[in-house]
Amino acid sequence: MFETLSDRLGGVLKGLRNRGRLTESDVIEVLAEVRTALLEADVNVGVVRDVIERIRINAIGATASTALNPGQQVIKIVNDELVAMLGGETLKITYATHPPTVVLMAGLQGAGKTTNAAKLASWFKSQGRQPMLVGADLQRPAAVEQLRVLGAQINVPVFSEPGDPVATAKLGLAEARRLGKDVLIVDTAGRLAIDAEMMQQVKEISEAVQPKFTFLVIDAMTGQDAVTVAKSFDETLSIDGVILSKLDGDARGGAALSVKQVLGKPIAFASTGEKLDAFEQFHPDRMASRILGMGDMLTLIEQAEKVFEKEKAEATAAKMLEGEFTLEDFLEQLQQLKKMGSLQGVMGMMPGIPKEMKNAEIPDDQVKRTEAIIYSMTTQERARPELIDGSRRIRISKGSGTTVADVNRLVKQFTEMKKMMKQMGGKGMLGGKRGKGAKSAGMPDDLAAALGSRLGPR
Amino acid sequence: MLALEIFAPRFAAEAAPTILLALAALTIVFGIGVVVVGRRRSGQVEAIESAPIGVTKVATSVEAVGPTPVSASVNPPANTTTVHDRLAKVRSSFAGALTSALTRSAITQETWDELEEALLRADLGVATTTRVLLPLRELVKAKKIVQPSELRAALQTEMTAQLSNTARELNFDRSLNAPNIWLVVGVNGAGKTTTIGKLAAQQIKLGRTVLMAAGDTFRAAAGDQLETWAQRSGAEIVRGSEGGDPSSVVFDGVARATAKKIDLVLADTAGRLQNNTNLMEELTKVRRVADKGSGKVTEVLLVIDATTGQNGLTQAKQFAQATAVTGVVLTKLDGSARGGIVFAIETELQIPVKLVGLGETIDDLVEFDAADFVAALFD
Repeated sequence: MFETLSDRLGGVLKGLRNRGRLTESDVIEVLAEVRTALLEADVNVGVVRDVIERIRINAIGATASTALNPGQQVIKIVNDELVAMLGGETLKITYATHPPTVVLMAGLQGAGKTTNAAKLASWFKSQGRQPMLVGADLQRPAAVEQLRVLGAQINVPVFSEPGDPVATAKLGLAEARRLGKDVLIVDTAGRLAIDAEMMQQVKEISEAVQPKFTFLVIDAMTGQDAVTVAKSFDETLSIDGVILSKLDGDARGGAALSVKQVLGKPIAFASTGEKLDAFEQFHPDRMASRILGMGDMLTLIEQAEKVFEKEKAEATAAKMLEGEFTLEDFLEQLQQLKKMGSLQGVMGMMPGIPKEMKNAEIPDDQVKRTEAIIYSMTTQERARPELIDGSRRIRISKGSGTTVADVNRLVKQFTEMKKMMKQMGGKGMLGGKRGKGAKSAGMPDDLAAALGSRLGPR
Repeated sequence: MLALEIFAPRFAAEAAPTILLALAALTIVFGIGVVVVGRRRSGQVEAIESAPIGVTKVATSVEAVGPTPVSASVNPPANTTTVHDRLAKVRSSFAGALTSALTRSAITQETWDELEEALLRADLGVATTTRVLLPLRELVKAKKIVQPSELRAALQTEMTAQLSNTARELNFDRSLNAPNIWLVVGVNGAGKTTTIGKLAAQQIKLGRTVLMAAGDTFRAAAGDQLETWAQRSGAEIVRGSEGGDPSSVVFDGVARATAKKIDLVLADTAGRLQNNTNLMEELTKVRRVADKGSGKVTEVLLVIDATTGQNGLTQAKQFAQATAVTGVVLTKLDGSARGGIVFAIETELQIPVKLVGLGETIDDLVEFDAADFVAALFD
């Protein structure tokens, strides 16, 4: 059985050590394993080449995170890249001005067109539409019968006529209009992409019914050939979206990536079972980790990143205690805090915070204004606020849409706070520990007292 | 800011900077061992929008619209071209890639890269590709092969050799005083039912009598589909009720075949994905029950679609575990896919490919020949 990427990378990652930046050899070593993983996942050889190259360019020289080792960092870049490639613009289902909106199903034999035609009909029904199904697969024995049975299950009418699929489709369209159906889903016979005659037939069906949407149904277990199939169907019909079927299997599904790359069209739906309700929107992030076969690596990376934030915060605190905290650092901290949801929520979670601060409602626009002011400063100004003279203050206030008084206040308070922190650090009130190692349950009493005196009487 | 205003009215005006202090405090607190809440990975659910719904409602009664189609029981025209022709007809990119790799004057790293890519493109898989190329690398190192063209011949020989499995005949036990039972299994859409139709016709041509057991009781109209093939091939058919127990249908089929002294029972089963434990257990039961009557299961054919990627190996492993697969039928090889996954199935699992499907008509089933298969890749 295939090793997961995490298994395979285990050996590679052991040898890599943290450095300032990701070196080329770091990246190449990991990418070799990623390449194997993608190929084993059935991603097309050509697509793999492009993906690896893209990642290589992005990864080399990327600043190494202190939490993720280079290998893990490359994996993160790979995962993000795959998610971006699989996602992007979603398919917007819009409806024809003159009903019915016609949807054409196309694909190889056995891909799942008939089942998904019914699923799609069921989906349109859930959107409040009145769909109708046309059985234009006159090739496969009992294909129409299959569609009828499914249609009956979901209370959707099914039209078909023996003879010629193109004529059947046309008649189906007429019938849909007669009955006032606003969506028409045309099921067609499975056909080989290299069968010129059959490709011509489906082209004629398409020309006869003028579909608003043509979906290519692709089996998730398809191998390298997915690219040839997708290209050919697209050339003949101009595919609008892909339906990925049989995702309830354990195929890694690299075909999804290949097809997405080649067509540049969205994967609209994911079919996850034989029952008609096993039909959902496609999730690029889930697909990415499935293809990559990351298993537990993803969790590891998440954990590592959490640690990283903590380490960064500790480093920043250390800086503050040494009086080296700049507005730049402060801005970074502000942004970190923002990411964690409302400041109020965050404060509520922390033990040992004086009551006044906990209850204090910190309006987000204050935070925004503070941010804006700092953004309007130059790098030097942020590092050394003492540089900020009158003319600079005017410029900053204009740039941030605040008043000079606001800018003054920020600088004053920041400078005072810096002094205070340095004092505390110097006096050893906080134990004088730098970064890692210092673990206290909450805010030390001295700090609370110092802050409390600034806030006013208790 | 209400609380602050109550407790510190003279600082209300300076509320903004106070926030800075609070944040600074938070920063310090974070730096001293408080667990930081990690960023939540934002889900990427992308909504598909739909336009506003029209108001007019139309009657939604289920209508059997249009006349009921007559089931096609007439045989479509037979295909008379040879296997070789049909395989060669496919202008495989594999062949194209190989040609470019092998028309240079010397064997370089590029030669190997192109060869590797061509094999991967045929769905051989990373492990099998490495395995196949390894002995060739040795030969090149030892200067036994110098020209790229020699490499081609060696590759062809190597690949054919890896497929040299003698037991490719279909197991038909003539000594049985009861029906032989051939079970046909595989994932959804592989081509099981169509294969049974072709197989029945073939066996009848050989002079045997055939009965089909419609063991797919799940798929809509599966019984009708098999019935059409029974009519086309001249086989008998036993069907059960839709949604019924597949094991009993197969059992009944065997009983009927025994009673009527029919030689061979071809048992169709529902398509199922190999990671569905319940369905795999059901299949194990079908096989077990099939053997309970007087007939004997002498062949379990796993139908694999030639377009299948590496998952084909997993399919083979799981189905073999559940039902002791005795052979593979590789279908849809008339397409552009090369079915390279059978290399791994044969070499790793020792399950022979016995038959190849080359189309949707009744005659499109041929015996698997390793040399032909590999040679056609090089045309």
